[in-house]
Parts: sequence; C-alpha cells; structure tokens
Amino acid sequence: MKQYFPWIALAVAALWIVSNSRMPTSAPGDFDLVTFGKIPVLSDGRNKPLDTVARNAMLIIHGKQTLRLDDGRVLDARRWLADVLFNASAADKHPSFVIHNPEVLGLFGWEQDGRKYFRFAELVPFLEKIDGQGRQVASVESAKRTPFQTAIHNLRNSLILYQRLKNSVRPEVTLGFADEIAAFRAAIPPGLEAMAKREKGEPFDQKKFEAFVGLAARFQTMSEMACLLPVPPGPAGSGPREEWLSVGASLLQTISTGEGNPVTEAYALTGDAYQGGNAALFNRHLQDLAEGMAKREPQASGRAAYEFFFNQLAPFYQAMGLYVLAFLLVCGSWLGGNRSLNTAAFYVLLLALAVHTFGLGSRMYLQGRPPVTNLYSSAVFIGWATVVVGLIIERIFRDGVGSACAAVIGFTTLIIAHHLAGSGDTLEMLQAVLDTNIWLATHVVAITIGYSAMFLAGTLAVIYVARGVFTGSLTKKSAESLSRMTYGVVCFATLFSFVGTVLGGIWADQSWGRFWGWDPKENGALLIVLWCAIILHARWGGYIRQRGLMVMALFGNVITSFSWFGVNMLGVGLHSYGFMNKAVPWLAGFMISQLVLMAIASLPPGRWRSFQSEVRS
Amino acid sequence: MDRHGAVGGTISSVTAMLHRIFDVFSSLKLTIVCLSLTIVLVFAGTLAQVDSGIHEVQQRYFQSLFVWWPSASGGIPVFPGGHLLGAVLLANLIAAHARRFRWTWKKFGIHLTHAGLIILLAGGLFTDLFSVESSMRLAPGETKNYSEDSRVMELVVIDGSDSELDQVTAIPASRLGKGGTIGHASLPFRIVVRKFYRNARVQPLGQAGPEALPASTEGVGSRVAVFEVPRATAPNERDLPGAVIGIEPISGGAPSPGTWLVSDQLGAPQTFSCAGKTWRLEMRPARYYKPYSLTLRKFAHERYAGTEIPKNFASHAVLTDPERNENRDVLISMNNPLRYRGETFFQSGFEKNDTATILQVVHNPGFLAPYVACVVVGAGLLFQFGCHFVGFLHRRGTSP
Repeated sequence: MKQYFPWIALAVAALWIVSNSRMPTSAPGDFDLVTFGKIPVLSDGRNKPLDTVARNAMLIIHGKQTLRLDDGRVLDARRWLADVLFNASAADKHPSFVIHNPEVLGLFGWEQDGRKYFRFAELVPFLEKIDGQGRQVASVESAKRTPFQTAIHNLRNSLILYQRLKNSVRPEVTLGFADEIAAFRAAIPPGLEAMAKREKGEPFDQKKFEAFVGLAARFQTMSEMACLLPVPPGPAGSGPREEWLSVGASLLQTISTGEGNPVTEAYALTGDAYQGGNAALFNRHLQDLAEGMAKREPQASGRAAYEFFFNQLAPFYQAMGLYVLAFLLVCGSWLGGNRSLNTAAFYVLLLALAVHTFGLGSRMYLQGRPPVTNLYSSAVFIGWATVVVGLIIERIFRDGVGSACAAVIGFTTLIIAHHLAGSGDTLEMLQAVLDTNIWLATHVVAITIGYSAMFLAGTLAVIYVARGVFTGSLTKKSAESLSRMTYGVVCFATLFSFVGTVLGGIWADQSWGRFWGWDPKENGALLIVLWCAIILHARWGGYIRQRGLMVMALFGNVITSFSWFGVNMLGVGLHSYGFMNKAVPWLAGFMISQLVLMAIASLPPGRWRSFQSEVRS
Repeated sequence: MDRHGAVGGTISSVTAMLHRIFDVFSSLKLTIVCLSLTIVLVFAGTLAQVDSGIHEVQQRYFQSLFVWWPSASGGIPVFPGGHLLGAVLLANLIAAHARRFRWTWKKFGIHLTHAGLIILLAGGLFTDLFSVESSMRLAPGETKNYSEDSRVMELVVIDGSDSELDQVTAIPASRLGKGGTIGHASLPFRIVVRKFYRNARVQPLGQAGPEALPASTEGVGSRVAVFEVPRATAPNERDLPGAVIGIEPISGGAPSPGTWLVSDQLGAPQTFSCAGKTWRLEMRPARYYKPYSLTLRKFAHERYAGTEIPKNFASHAVLTDPERNENRDVLISMNNPLRYRGETFFQSGFEKNDTATILQVVHNPGFLAPYVACVVVGAGLLFQFGCHFVGFLHRRGTSP
C-alpha cells in the first residue's frame, strides 16, 4: 500500500485539477455568455476577449470578480459586463462600486453602516463632487496621497471607466439601437445634401439637416467615450487596412463610405435583444457576430478564445492549491518519518510545476513576450524559478527540504501576484522603453532568477533556524546538508544577480548611453550582488561557518525584498513601476520577521534544542 | 658603523612597513569591510533620492571621496564616498591577486571573475573621469552642429564682425563664481564680476515688488530685478546661474561705469560696443561643437491604439559630414541609438507638443568595459560554481 501512496496522491490532485477545469456552458434558453466572453475587442492597446475586459473592469470597480445582488443572486463578470454594455439602466441598479473609506462616505453625508458596495444610481447626485475631489488628487504624487485621496481618486477612475463602458457599444439610453443605425443611414444622403446647401447659403431642409446632425453628434460622443474598440479593420484587400474602431467611429465612417459595418450592426442587434430580454434572439445575433469575427479576424479570435480558456482555468489559483497540499505532505513526512509522504509531495509538486508552467507559457504566448514584463509577472516567475531549483535540490538530497521550500515560495509568490493583479490587466502593453524582447529575456529574467535564488537561500535558513532552535530534529548530518544547499544556492544567486545587474547596465547604455545611473532599482540589484559577495568572501575567509551563513542568508531575504518591492515604494526613479501603498506594512512585517529570526539564530548553541546534547557532551 | 647601522635599520623598518601596508591592502578582511561599507553607502544613497535629486545624490554619495555632513561646503566627512571605496576595492583586488596568484585550474574561475571585476571597476572610473554627456534639441527642419550641457553654463562674448565666422570666447560660469577680473588675449577689454548668483531668478521690475532694484545699469538688466534662490534639488530642475558684470576697456578711454546682467533666462543676447566693434554677450549652456551636423526631418511619437501608452519615440534626421563626405538619413529611436565618430545619440525626450526632439549625446571612450567585464565575470563564476557543483555531485555519487 505504502508504495502506491504517492501515485494515489498524484491521481487525487490531478482529478481535482481536471474537475476545476471544466469549461462553463450556458443553459439552453439562457443568454449564451460563453460565446459572448470569447469575442475579441481592442482595449488598452491589445486584443482581448470580452471575458478579460469583464474581469479586469470588475476588479477595478468592484474589487472582485463576482457580484452579489441584494436578492442573493450572484452575477459573474461576463453577466455583469453584458448588463453594463447592453442594458445600462439595469446595471445602474447593481451594487457595483466598492467604497471602504469612511471619509469618502462622509463626503456624501453617509455614515458607515457595514455596506461596502454602492449602486451607480446612488452615486449620481455626487458625480460632480467626486470629479472635483478626484481631479485635485491627480496632481499629488501617488506616494504622498492620504488614504482618503487614494480612495477618492480610485472611485473617480472607477466611475469614468464605468460610464465609458456603458457607452462603448451602444448609447446608454436607447429604445432600439439597430433602428437608430437604420435611421442614420437613411438620413445621410438627404442630410449631406441639406448640409451642402446650408454652406452655400441656399435654402435647405431644416428637419433633414437636424436628423442627420443630431445622430452624428450622438455617435461622435459615443466614439469619444468608448474604452473598447470592438470593430476590426476592414478585410485585407479592401482599401487600406486601418486600426480597430469604436462603434461610434465606425458609424461615422458610414458617412464617407456609404456602407454599414456588419460587426457594428451585429453588436446593435445583439444589444437590442439583450435589452429586450430575448435570449433566443440574443443567441442568434451573437452567433452571427462571433462567426463574422472569426472569419474576419481569425488570429485575434483564436487568441481571444485561448485567453478565455486561460481565464477559466486560472492555472495560478490551482497551482496555489497544489503547493499547499505538497507542503502539508512534506510536513507529514517530517512528523511521521514517512518517506512515501515525501515522495507524494514531490509528485504533487511536479504537477503543480506543470500547471504553473502552463500558466507562464500561456501568458508568454498571449503577450508574445518573455516571461517578466511587470511586477505581477515577476512574482509569478520568481515562484516558478524557485520551484524548479527547489525540485532539483530535492532530487539531490531527498529529505523534503527542497520540496518544502518550493511549496512555500511557490504559494507565497502566487499570493503576492494575486494581490498585485487588483489594478487591472496583467498583460498590459509595455511602455516604449521596455519594448525590447532581447533585454526583457536576458536582463529581467536573470535578475528575477537572482531574486528567486536569494529567497530560496533565505527559506533554507528559516528551516535551519526553526528546526535547530525549536526542535531537536536538526541532526549534524541534516545541518550539514542544509548548509551545503544554502551555500550552493547563494553561489547560484551570485551568478544570476551579477550577470543580470550588468546586463541591466548594458541595456541602459544601449538606450540612454549611461551604463550606471544609481537609480533605486539599480542600487537594489547592486545590494544583492554585494551581499552575495560578502557572504562568499566571509565563508572562504573562515569568518562565518554554518550558523553565520544562515544568519547572512536570512538578511539576504531582507535585502532582496527591499530590492524587489521596497525601492518601488520610494516612488522615485526610472524603474518605479507600480506603487503600492497597501504593501508597505506587509513588507515591513516581513523584514522585521527576518530580523527577529536573525536574532534567534544568533543565540548561543546551548540555547538551540538540536545542539544542546552536543554542547553538553 | 653606527651611521651605516642606522640607515640599514631605517631601510628594514621601511620595508617592514611597506610589507605591512601590502598585507593590509591584500587582506580579505579589507575586502569584506569595504563591501559592507559599500552596502551601507548604496542603501543611504538610495533612500536619499526620496528627498534629493538624483544628480545631487550621485555627486554627494557616489562621485566623491567622502560623504560630508551636513553639507560638502561646510561640514565634516562622516563616511567614505563611492570614489574612495571603489579605489580601495580596486587596489585590494589587485594587491590580493598579486600576492596570492597561483596558476591552477581549480582557481581559474576565481581569477577570471576578479579579472573581470578589475575591468568593470577600472572602466567605471575611466567613464566617470572621461565621459561627456550633453543633449541636442532639434525642432523640425533645424540643423545643429553642436550639443549642449545645460548643467554647465558659460558666458560667451561673440565678435560677429566677420560675416562668415563668429569669433566666440567662452568663460565657464564656475570661473565667474570665483569673482575678480577676467581677461583674454582675443578681447580688447576685461570682464569684472560684480556679483554672482549660483541659482538666480529674474523678474520684470513691475512684478518684483516695490523695493526691487534694477539688476544692472545697462541692457535688459536695467528693466528687471534678480534675486538668489536655493539650489535646485528636484530631479528635473537645475541651477540657473546669473551674474552682474562690468566691461573695462584695456586701452583708451575711462573704464565704463555701466554693469550688465547675464543669465540664460534673458532670451536674446545683448550687444555692446568696444574698440570700434560690436560684441554680443550671452549666458548659455556649454556647447560641444562637432565636425558634422544633424537636421531633424520629423519626430514621431506613436501610441498604442486607443490609449495614451507610448509605443515608440523616433527621430528621423539627416546626418551631414563634409569631412567624410557623408550625407544620409538616420533613424534614432528608443533602444536604437545612432553611433557616429565616437559619440552616441539616444532618443531621450520631446518637447513643443511632440514635434521637437531631445537627443542625449554621450561620448564615452570606456563604454566597452562593462560588456567585456560581464562576459568575463559571468564565465568565471559559471566555471567556478560549475566545478564546485560537479565535484559535489561526484563526491555524493561515490560516498556510501
């Protein structure tokens, strides 16, 4: 039985993954929001499915990807977005806007009563106030904002996004958008004629003129408000291949081309059916829209479908679950001295790594970029690299230590990534200076692997100290092997941190003509390299031994977390992408915990439970 | 005999002392102490950037022998600066290797690594000493054969009497800061510094308050007031120096009692007459003239569709070099600089509503050092740690 246990554990974990990976289906007779979610649009400079638009918008506006109505029903992101896009008056009654800050509520004269989510309809009387307050904040550096300022600024951004979404594919108030479009097309020729006459000063038909100009102005407003560009460029070969357009802009194009756009019209019909509550009609028009899109934009449609699949699978969440399971198995093997639990943990970790790798690879495919492009992806990649190295260590030493580190760091980094994703699209487009795959693939990857190795060394040190001081389980042999692992990983970290740092300098030399500028992020990388150099020299010179190495590896955690996150919080420098007020206490807490561990590790050997017998003898 | 013995003793005590110094300089302890001090310095220099501009921090912490407190002009040295630590580390590295160098394959990686570090550190020092950074601002259609360094201002006196060629005499603002009288063989007059402002602001007299006095008696200065402001610390600010000067003809005529205000905030140059010629007087950024010129044809600022996220900045320019008979189109864009005759032009910014370009111009004879160092150190570390790792696996494999 024992020898089968690892395989059983693996099979259970794999079954769990498979059961979580079923694609959603819509019930017959209901609105087909699965097809809806796969339709590609251009937003924030990249093609993405409406499913991603929905999830990101909900994260920004609502703080999470599901919404609970007052009657207890739960809307998923696609349903919510369909309401916002096609049935604005219904969406206005959903409690969409998250407001935590009591001072913001005070601004409206409301007292905090445990309610966190508010309807657009409730906020309407205060729109001007919010806009005025939010505008004032825009000039304050994000690092210097008070919680109230941050909250009002975010609320203003949420409201802007919400109102732009409402006007992206149809006007937020319309009795029938398809009819409006038909009326507009009919109004164009007489309207243009009247306009020409008016310019010449001849008598013209005022009614026809107004019918045309009124609708044109309406679509112009739509085009200015739109934050989605859902209309793909015309088919290749039919004139110049332009950019994606908003619905409003594509309608205005009708004036010059005289032809309607099938995508625009399909959106109008789909939206009318949704607003009218006719699911069968909605599904039929949606099918037309999806098929037309797949024919015109096969690549964008293919990628959007893949991204939809990726979103549903949520590989990073699933990997998190597997890391927890693996960690529990390792702990079990330590407590029970059971080798098969350890093997089971190793297998589960391999599965977790596969899922993690799939997520990482999918992101690379969708973005067409090397793995690390922003802070979010750096967290995902640090976790991945650590798990790889941890598993290699486990293969060599087979004592559960490599597995435990891999599981802990894999889980922690994915949790960090999860919290970093709150600001919207994690596959965002890159600023001009970052638009170079060579340097992203070399400098950024090398630096990030350096971070991984430093955290791995630090975690090994935590295990050493925790086992040595608080338990009697740290035998001479296991202490010896932990110290070898830590030393090896520090060497690895030195190599990657150094090469990564210098490559960063070379990149800077290539794009600014300055190899080194003492920018905070550069300094952070340099601190890691210097610290590695000190550890290695101190060890070679015999100034530190096992415990000294561990204390220094613990401080490596402090330096690396400063370099990875801390410098971004200074809010200065070329690399200060993504400032996070919220993370400050977490970072400070982590650093203090490491300093405490260092103090504990510096206790004389007589106080270490594992070393007491040795000291006495 | 006694004398001889005394000399011998002195020599041996000198050699003993040299030995001791060499011991200290080649010791591993010194390495660790210096690296630790460097960590503290880098950390402090990073935090300091929250309040001070990066340029000031660089000079105070990294491009100095000591960090002075409370300030470099009045204070005491409290910590070794970047130049001192870098130099000691470099000496330590070289001394340690001179002393312990022994050729074995086992040590090959370590030697390679440290040789690479010597290249890196020496290259850094070389760059610090010899590289020149300046910028070139071009509006569409504009041609320039010089770049400017706006951090270094100079007072220029231009003799424009030759219609073909201007005769320019330049005096660095830092020289004006020392005060006194300044003369040059090409000038028939001397310049007397009456007052110097490290960071000046100029305001029209009408707006400067009731007590404001004209800055000078002649030229634009007679209509404006000038006053000193604290030195610039923000990253995007710089000091705007100004001076009030007098012109003293060397021969003929009494010294003119008039004074002139010079500052680059005045816009157009001022003119005065002396020794039968008309001279132009201007305070402007220091210029580096080149034997070739660049003409901007177009500056393009692309954004991702439907967003404000910049996608690319690119300057389309024409390079003209009569000496080398070159006349061609060049493209300078993000991560794609132009390298020409020892200088590199980088796309650095834009102004005037996205139409004009700002190019960073760098002359750095040591730019190759980091490239070489990266390869050498990387190879060294890989070799060394690879040997450790393989040896470790081998031992594990053979041990029971």
